[in-house]
Amino acid sequence: MKKYSVFAVAREAMRHHTGWNRAWRDAQPKKRYDVIIVGAGGHGLATAYYLGKNFGITNVAIIEKGWLGGGNTGRNTTIIRSNYLQDPSAAIYEKARSLYETMSQDLNYNVMFSPRGVIMLAQTEHEVRGYKRTAHANALQGVTTEFIGPERVKQLVPIINLDGPRYPVLGGLWQARGGTARHDAVAWGYARACSDMGMDVIQKCEVTGVRSEGGKVTGVSTNRGDIDCDKLGIVVAGHSGHLADMAGFRLPIESVALQALVSEPIKPCMDVVVMANTVHGYMSQSDKGEMVIGGGTDGYNNYTQRGSFHHIEETVRALVETFPMVSRLKMLRQWGGIVDVTGDRSPILSKTPVENVFINCGWGTGGFKAIPGSGWGFAELMAKGQSPLTDAFGLNRFQEGRFIDESVAAGVAH
Amino acid sequence: MSTRLATGGRLLNKAKPVNFTFNGKNLRGYEGDTLASALLANDQMLVGRSFKYHRPRGIVAAGPEEPNALVNLGAEGRFEPNARATTTPLFDGLQAASQNHWPSLEFDVGAINKHLSRFLPAGFYYKMFMYPRAAWKHVYEPFIRQSAGLGKAPKATDVDTYEHFYAFCDVLIIGGGVAGLHAALTAGKSGARVIVMEQSDHWGGRAPVDGGTVDGQPVDKFVDGMVTELETLENVTLRRNCMGAGVYDHGYVLGYERLRDDSPHVQGPRHRLWRVRAAHIITATGAIERPLSFAGNDIPGVMLAAAVRDYLVNHGVSVGDRTVVVTNNDNAYLTAIALKHAGLDVPAIVDARVLPQDSQLMEQAKALGIRVMMGHGIASVKGGKRVTGVEICAQAGEGAVLEEISCDAVAMSGGWSPVVHLWSHCGGKLRWDTTQACFSPDVDNPPLGADGMGFVTPAGAASGVFALDDVLNDAFAAADGVMTSLGFDVPRDLKSPEAERRQDAPMMPVWLMPQGASVKLREKAWLDYQNDVKVSDVRLAAQEGFVSVEHAKRYTTLGMATDQGKLSNINGLATLAGALDADIPSVGTTTFRPPYHPISMASIAGEARGTVFQPIRRTPMHDWHDTHGAEWEPVGHWRRPYAYKQGGESTYDAVMREVTNTREKMGLLDASTLGKLIVKGPDAGRFLDMMYTNMMSTLKVGKCRYGLMCSENGFLIDDGVVARFDEDTWLCHTTTGGAERIHGHMEEWLQTEWWDWQVYVANVTEQYAQVAVVGPNARKALEKLGGMDVSKEALGFMDWADGELGGFKVRVYRISFSGELSYEIAVDASHGQAFWDALMVAGHDLGVMPYGTECLHILRAEKGFIMIGDESDGTIIPQDLGLHWAISKKKEDYLGKRAQERSHMTDPNRWQLVGLETTDGSVLPDGAYAVAEGENENGQRNMQGRVTSTYHSPTLGKGIAMGLVLNGPDRMGETLIFPGTDGKEYQAKIVNPVFYDPKGEKQNV
Repeated sequence: MKKYSVFAVAREAMRHHTGWNRAWRDAQPKKRYDVIIVGAGGHGLATAYYLGKNFGITNVAIIEKGWLGGGNTGRNTTIIRSNYLQDPSAAIYEKARSLYETMSQDLNYNVMFSPRGVIMLAQTEHEVRGYKRTAHANALQGVTTEFIGPERVKQLVPIINLDGPRYPVLGGLWQARGGTARHDAVAWGYARACSDMGMDVIQKCEVTGVRSEGGKVTGVSTNRGDIDCDKLGIVVAGHSGHLADMAGFRLPIESVALQALVSEPIKPCMDVVVMANTVHGYMSQSDKGEMVIGGGTDGYNNYTQRGSFHHIEETVRALVETFPMVSRLKMLRQWGGIVDVTGDRSPILSKTPVENVFINCGWGTGGFKAIPGSGWGFAELMAKGQSPLTDAFGLNRFQEGRFIDESVAAGVAH
Repeated sequence: MSTRLATGGRLLNKAKPVNFTFNGKNLRGYEGDTLASALLANDQMLVGRSFKYHRPRGIVAAGPEEPNALVNLGAEGRFEPNARATTTPLFDGLQAASQNHWPSLEFDVGAINKHLSRFLPAGFYYKMFMYPRAAWKHVYEPFIRQSAGLGKAPKATDVDTYEHFYAFCDVLIIGGGVAGLHAALTAGKSGARVIVMEQSDHWGGRAPVDGGTVDGQPVDKFVDGMVTELETLENVTLRRNCMGAGVYDHGYVLGYERLRDDSPHVQGPRHRLWRVRAAHIITATGAIERPLSFAGNDIPGVMLAAAVRDYLVNHGVSVGDRTVVVTNNDNAYLTAIALKHAGLDVPAIVDARVLPQDSQLMEQAKALGIRVMMGHGIASVKGGKRVTGVEICAQAGEGAVLEEISCDAVAMSGGWSPVVHLWSHCGGKLRWDTTQACFSPDVDNPPLGADGMGFVTPAGAASGVFALDDVLNDAFAAADGVMTSLGFDVPRDLKSPEAERRQDAPMMPVWLMPQGASVKLREKAWLDYQNDVKVSDVRLAAQEGFVSVEHAKRYTTLGMATDQGKLSNINGLATLAGALDADIPSVGTTTFRPPYHPISMASIAGEARGTVFQPIRRTPMHDWHDTHGAEWEPVGHWRRPYAYKQGGESTYDAVMREVTNTREKMGLLDASTLGKLIVKGPDAGRFLDMMYTNMMSTLKVGKCRYGLMCSENGFLIDDGVVARFDEDTWLCHTTTGGAERIHGHMEEWLQTEWWDWQVYVANVTEQYAQVAVVGPNARKALEKLGGMDVSKEALGFMDWADGELGGFKVRVYRISFSGELSYEIAVDASHGQAFWDALMVAGHDLGVMPYGTECLHILRAEKGFIMIGDESDGTIIPQDLGLHWAISKKKEDYLGKRAQERSHMTDPNRWQLVGLETTDGSVLPDGAYAVAEGENENGQRNMQGRVTSTYHSPTLGKGIAMGLVLNGPDRMGETLIFPGTDGKEYQAKIVNPVFYDPKGEKQNV
């Protein structure tokens, strides 16, 4: 792999950039791998990367139905934070956040992690109490957060309207080391690093069946032929139910559309990420200048990556109310993605009823921020059969009633 | 230079000159101008700077596809960034300023980037700026952010208003060009309800500019005739300045009507968002001309050929004295001919094609004395902030310059692309048209409705036919087909009119000019003007493996600018296909997403802002509270008094006073917001037995019972007192925030699981005002009002009765959430205020005071009563709260029962409800956690409990708290440590959660 640096760019500029290689090899499927990861999104690629980096397992294929990073990795609002309430969530999201801090250097790929800070607004007394509780929990979980008052909120976000007649801003939960990253770059950086370790990133390769013998996985069937493996990781947000069905088990998830939108780009006006859960909207400004806006999920299950306009309306209305200047901006583009939602709104990283088949899904509306932590923990689970980061997120928790409910800390928006 | 001609300008009202400013300069135009045409008329070709290299940018197009001419428009509360000059109507007093430069448009320091462009190819930022790590946040990112962005951020609050319209129709026709109008006429005369939306302020689209005759009359007269006829049809609604913005599932369409963008000072809404349900949609959205990719094609003065023609014919503006036309098709010849007719010079038509014989238009051009150079292309455009000339080369070659032609404008045409956005929004597929080198709607794969049938039909140029007679025939066929499918009879005498047929020569796809352009030329050949994406960038993406069209787009940012690739996408795809040696259809397109063209956020938000953002629900006593010092707290959609401040006292003091007064004398609480659901029917009893953990079917008429409600997962979701009215009628009280949710919860079960049970649920929350009369003097006050027996014997604890008090018809519940003698009294909502007044009078000598929600909280916490949302948070089962007594052991089932039998739920080692008292009497911090020894595997401090409610109790004169603690009830007297976020550690002892009157003597008197 040719190292990326300002010197490399300068050198290539002299020969009109004719010397750059492919970021990742265009691999053809081999007959057999030690591990196959289905789904070349952020979580799948990160899993493969840490299998190689932490456990030396590099005979790995990451196979992808479409183009890598084309699912929710490339559709989210790029928010990174770890101010979760419950211990297992705080652990995995904080692991992810800390890995994001050094990801550009680790991968030699600038993923533009921008620790600009995240505020979750408290707009009711109930939210104030909830966030104070989260701040207490975070302090013991090693997550640095702080409950701040309205004056501090205004200082951090000058465009905010504190005194909205409907829901005045009473304060907020502030995580200074939260922020954003360039979502596509996360997928591309991991893919490049995986390819560099000798792994095969295989796009346009759709799994059509999961093969097993005696309750143990033997491989997958794809539109490009059968591929054998010892272990199989299913990491296909939005289609987890389909893949589980192929493997022969069911999942306690529902798939719904989640939408986002961007404004036209404007000069910098908001330096932090703001989430307003009472009114259902969140917003940050991309480096390009667009206001990146997200809201809630549709109220019905579906697989179209579109969603209903009513949710866009609700979200924009909330943002206009919270940031009056948004009123004079224009919506450039709206889009949707399909998220897997579990009963407790927490993910599943688990062994499955089929031996050596592992599943990573159910991240709901908040998967992007977890990518490196999820990959780290899931790789450990796949390599060793157990990981402290994923133990609490097993499928068995639904049978045992051991939910990890984040409704207090997360509300609608992740 | 560009200038206003003495003649021409079919859309102008020259009797009405209009004054406006650009960058502070006073300029003049006419009514009917767009800002773009007026700027061109004033020789203002340079209008902005590009996103990345800050290259000088001029106007390229004449419609919404314009990538460059974006301005800061207006000021203060009417400021708008990124307004497109080409779609901004000119009005008197308009203020516009160019964007994205410093210190000025002419001298932009950021333009240094263009000299560095070699070092800044596609994706350069992924490869650098990584060291030192902290520099991204503190140096690189702020710099990039500052130089990116376009318009300024608005500051002042929007002073305009906005609204939504809802409409239904049989056929919605998007586009008021000849195709749309003709389709509308066909549908309208067939009796269908028709809405026609046209994005511009004039009908007819391109046809009047391009000319031709229909049924022997000039096409503009034909257009006028159609509009006149349509206006007479009552079933047809015509809207100009109304853009079809998005097509959604089930025939749902957004229309974006701009009502006051040309007259901001006139009263009325600025924008109106139409939300239309249409049985069928016809997209008559026309086509957009493509640029050609040659070096220097971004220099101001290089424009789309059709735009040059538009400005000439519509606005009487010449963009240059000497215009070179460069093309791969016949259509651009119209521009050359029109310019020549207007007396302007066209030094050459540079045509990339080699044709066996001249077409009709070529002959016309040659006859006018225009030099036509077949098989040629532009090697490079000369000039900096303005075109000064072009270098001509052979299209087949690599760019060797054959001659230089001086000129001040270049009109280019790379062919036409149908506007397929609205067709594609909801899943319509595209096919590649090899002859015309464009994607057009694949009519065999339309967006499908719920019935599996297509609900969008393209018409005219939008479906890929460009000649006038083809367009009209196609529009007629489209409308005819739609009418038939919807069951309307198309009058037999309706048919497509005869348009004059012109014999054009076929176009030739040209994706790079010259076809063998060197890397140096490719680095100057722009694809995306706004985002500065060049041919070389797309090729680099392909080289680096970003071969999926989505990867190439995201890596290069091609098509991600505010024009969403209207000009650049097809050229970019073709470039990518070329680099990959693939054919264009196999590369595919990126996804078309709404809106077609940016729409104001304000129009989406509509009227609902400020005080009407969400409805505020008020109790009948709201105004009284307001005038009696209420501090308001939002609770759900309600506002409830948090406390009533008297004189200069603090909120805290007010709360303390209210608690003491209620305990010692008497307090009134407006409890109207509590949810009240009537559940009625022969199966209501067994239904409630399923809803609640308690047995409700055995409740006696005249009695009340406190009930708990759990989710399927066993978690506590709501609580409240249930009263039985008669044999088959119950009233269920819910929490204030829970009324709608619990109503919905009940309905969901009734409608999806027990649909055969005979039960009705009605939410009567707002039908009653309810007042809690609380405290030792409560009974005395009611006796003063008189009218019914409220003694212990007549109305015992947990009884209810209908009766009369002080002349009011009342329903009195003997229930208590405070531990005091308490009556909750419901009256008709309309009597709420009068009844409240009567209670205040009756209680005057008894020390009555109103109290708010915080006092309510303290009163209940002193009694150890749980509060939904405090002691419960969606993870708590009733057993955790010591509420076993409220869970019926006799029932076979209730919602949550099975869930509560799961192993983790029955684990004896759970966090359970206790009281907490600090050792020094201080108040524990809200939400604090109790720590245990050591850390878990993830390095987190072990915890063993948490505070759920914490207050200062004036009754007890110390801090009291409720909390959940691991095996808490078995650990009475133990001391726990709660680290605060303030750095302090709080110590608290585990105690009984009932701090006040543990035997319940006070409420039972």
